[in-house]
Amino acid sequence: METLMTITAGILLSIGTYLILTKSLLRIVLGTSIFTHGVHIMLLSMAGLKTGAVPLLGEDAAAYTDPIPQALMLTSIVISFALTAFFLVLSYRTYKTFGTDDMDQLRGSKYE
Amino acid sequence: MSWIHFFILVPILFSVFIPILYKIFPRIHTGWFVLSIPIVLFIYFLQQVPSVMNQEPVLHTLSWISSLGIDFSVYLDGLGLLFSLIITGIGSLVILYSIYYMSKEREALHNFYVYLMLFMSSMLGVVLSDNVIVLYVFWEITSISSFLLIAYWYQRKGSRYGAQKSMLITIFGGLSMLAGFLLLSIVTDTFSIQAMIGMREEIFHHSLFLPAMLLILLGAFTKSAQFPFHIWLPDAMEAPTPISAYLHSATMVKAGIYLVARFTPIFGGATEWMWAVSICGLVTLFWGSFLAVKQTDLKALLAYSTVSQLGMIMSLLGVGSMALYPGTEEASILLSTAILAALFHLINHATFKGSLFMIVGIIDLETGTRDIRRLGGLMSIMPISFTITVIGGLSMAGLPPFNGFLSKEMFFTGMLNAAESIGSWTTLFPYVAWLASVFTFVYSLIIILKTFAGSYQPEKLDKKPAEPPVGMLIPPIILASFVVVFFFFPNTLSYTVLEPAMQSILPFLLNTGEQFHVHITAFHGWNMELLMTIGVVLFGTILFFTLKKWSAIYDHLPEKLNINDLYNAGLSGMEKFSSKIIDLHMTGYVRDYLVYLFTFVIVLIGSSALHFQVFSFHFQGNGPIEIYEIVLVVVMVLAALYVILSTSRVMAVIAVGAVGYMLSLFFVILRAPDLALTQLVVETITTTLFALCLIYLPKLKKEISRVRVKVTNLLIAIGVGLIFTLIGLSVQGHRLLPPISHYFEDAYELAGAKNMVNAILVDFRGYDTMFEVIVLLIAGLGVFTLIKLRPTSREEKE
Repeated sequence: METLMTITAGILLSIGTYLILTKSLLRIVLGTSIFTHGVHIMLLSMAGLKTGAVPLLGEDAAAYTDPIPQALMLTSIVISFALTAFFLVLSYRTYKTFGTDDMDQLRGSKYE
Repeated sequence: MSWIHFFILVPILFSVFIPILYKIFPRIHTGWFVLSIPIVLFIYFLQQVPSVMNQEPVLHTLSWISSLGIDFSVYLDGLGLLFSLIITGIGSLVILYSIYYMSKEREALHNFYVYLMLFMSSMLGVVLSDNVIVLYVFWEITSISSFLLIAYWYQRKGSRYGAQKSMLITIFGGLSMLAGFLLLSIVTDTFSIQAMIGMREEIFHHSLFLPAMLLILLGAFTKSAQFPFHIWLPDAMEAPTPISAYLHSATMVKAGIYLVARFTPIFGGATEWMWAVSICGLVTLFWGSFLAVKQTDLKALLAYSTVSQLGMIMSLLGVGSMALYPGTEEASILLSTAILAALFHLINHATFKGSLFMIVGIIDLETGTRDIRRLGGLMSIMPISFTITVIGGLSMAGLPPFNGFLSKEMFFTGMLNAAESIGSWTTLFPYVAWLASVFTFVYSLIIILKTFAGSYQPEKLDKKPAEPPVGMLIPPIILASFVVVFFFFPNTLSYTVLEPAMQSILPFLLNTGEQFHVHITAFHGWNMELLMTIGVVLFGTILFFTLKKWSAIYDHLPEKLNINDLYNAGLSGMEKFSSKIIDLHMTGYVRDYLVYLFTFVIVLIGSSALHFQVFSFHFQGNGPIEIYEIVLVVVMVLAALYVILSTSRVMAVIAVGAVGYMLSLFFVILRAPDLALTQLVVETITTTLFALCLIYLPKLKKEISRVRVKVTNLLIAIGVGLIFTLIGLSVQGHRLLPPISHYFEDAYELAGAKNMVNAILVDFRGYDTMFEVIVLLIAGLGVFTLIKLRPTSREEKE
């Protein structure tokens, strides 16, 4: 299971990277989103999967899944949400101001 | 911390108050406040003379970075004291002079004096530090303060050019000197100069001897403007004249001399050291004096003259170092006179050149020009200035009754002794010395006669000249009187300052307890030196009066030899080269920068992982895989792939949403209910946001890029995925430390929560969550600003 999930994470990272390298702003935003998903899966599988019960006390389980990666990822999910929202609005604003979402045309000039 | 540390740092500490004083007392020239500092320091160092004369010098240590062996240790011996007296003594006079030279209405005096105080501290630090690293730090601060002072009138192009040039050359030298110091410390395992002197024999036979020596000499030669690094000094004349008199003739340029003198006990006696120092010195001596004759700007003339005189002192230190050559006692005593001559001329040069610079500054202020083609006949208008110039000029030319005569005679003696006792090529030294002295005589005459004699041409001058205020004349008068006093009573210096300084340069020459006994006299009978001087006067006078006939040779100097052109070409060449490199990779395309980043990630992480062989895979202990999980994975990957291929915005956004929802399903399966809930909420909001923005964003275009770009993107994307997959897989087989999660199993007792993840977030790592909220807040503010606020363009505002 861990192997499968790690490979899935790798594929998502690849797809995310590819999208980030494209020209369209929207694709780049979507790429970062997918990249984050990949990272989350990676984190979770590194911690080991299905080795214990849900980390809720009172389940009377012999062992619980490690709660630390989950706590970490919870933070990460929320922050990446903030980032995506900001990024999205930024690209909207960029498009409004410059009339293009092509990164090649949004290139800064040499002596700015 | 002893008093001496405090006194070294006093100028820097005082500089804090200079801007305040400048603001509070705008009607009093700031220089009057500053003047007290060098005077107090001068008196302090004068008080140290008796103890330095009679006692062994003491090392005062103030610990700084002791763990690295870097301490602010001060060693006040004869050599350091001699330099300290020059720095503070000339410093006092220069500041007094600057009060009249720098207008308090027009000039930014606070800057000027802050730089000057910075310089004074650092220069004292250079000559008094025993730790080479501390010495290096002070050394570079002198370079920086010199840069700031040359560029003081930064509005002028010439000032900026000169400042940059001096900075580049002296910092280059400083860095190589640092390398030399480090090599020495590798050999001796210490940063203390005195300890290094004690390990002289080991250094001598070490393979790093020659590299260390050459690197340190490079530092000394660049700082002291020795050929071919002399080119920065004439351009440094763009600085205000007090600075030229102080930094660029009396003190800073002598830091190189100091360095050579200070390291003579370590390297002296080696023939390589002698040849390098003396030949470089002699070439500089000759070339400087030869070029000085050509100059028409009085300050440039003095600059070349300084170059030449520094070369002379350098060459004396070079031949004098052979006094430490083992096994030749008689020759040693003979050669030690060269060291004496160097030290004596060091003082003399400071006095006569200082007074000449000050007079040139006065002429510049009074007439509005320094061009000798426009000057002349000022003798009757400015008689006091004229007298001072005659004293300084003739001293420089080496005539009695001025101190320059004494040291010039001693210079000849030193060179003759070298020719006699060392032999081989040194037999040529007296000839070079004599020839350079002839040119020195010629340019000294030029300064005196072309400025003050000849016909007065008021129509060529911008102002009507007159004697300056008395206060401005006092410093050059004091210096000029020293020029005369030192001729008649040279031994007041030799007992007090020169002998201890010689002691520190040639510590091995004498048995313990012995002291040098120096007695300088003006007349030694009709010997070779006197004949040489007479020859200089005769031949120099002839050359001066036939100047017009032979000065054409300056036009025939080969162009290729022009080091200035070489410097300029080198500089612009390097600028072009660096801008080419920058243009090559700084394309302005974000995609290119991301490509660099990802490539580095792949190469660095991948290659180091391969190098340390961290890739190893163990698949046992994996959880079982259910069929529905495979389905989820396949859907997830397909959805992600669809985002790349899709040309419809809506579909792409939905596909990303699908990936997110699949992920939350996985969270459910993988025993993370909190994550699943959060992911679900976040994904919904994100997708809604995307959908909202879609109205405003343009349609997705098909990516039109060249195949090469696409292939690169693909390769990089696969590389990134691969690297992280491999790392992720390797991690599973390596559990180095046991998990600490059992601690959180006490969550109920510790935090009263049954949900461990929540307990971690809101209790154990509460601050993290608080900052996370702040991040959300900032992002929210950013979003709000981007949507709501429209920047009014500049045109609209105006």
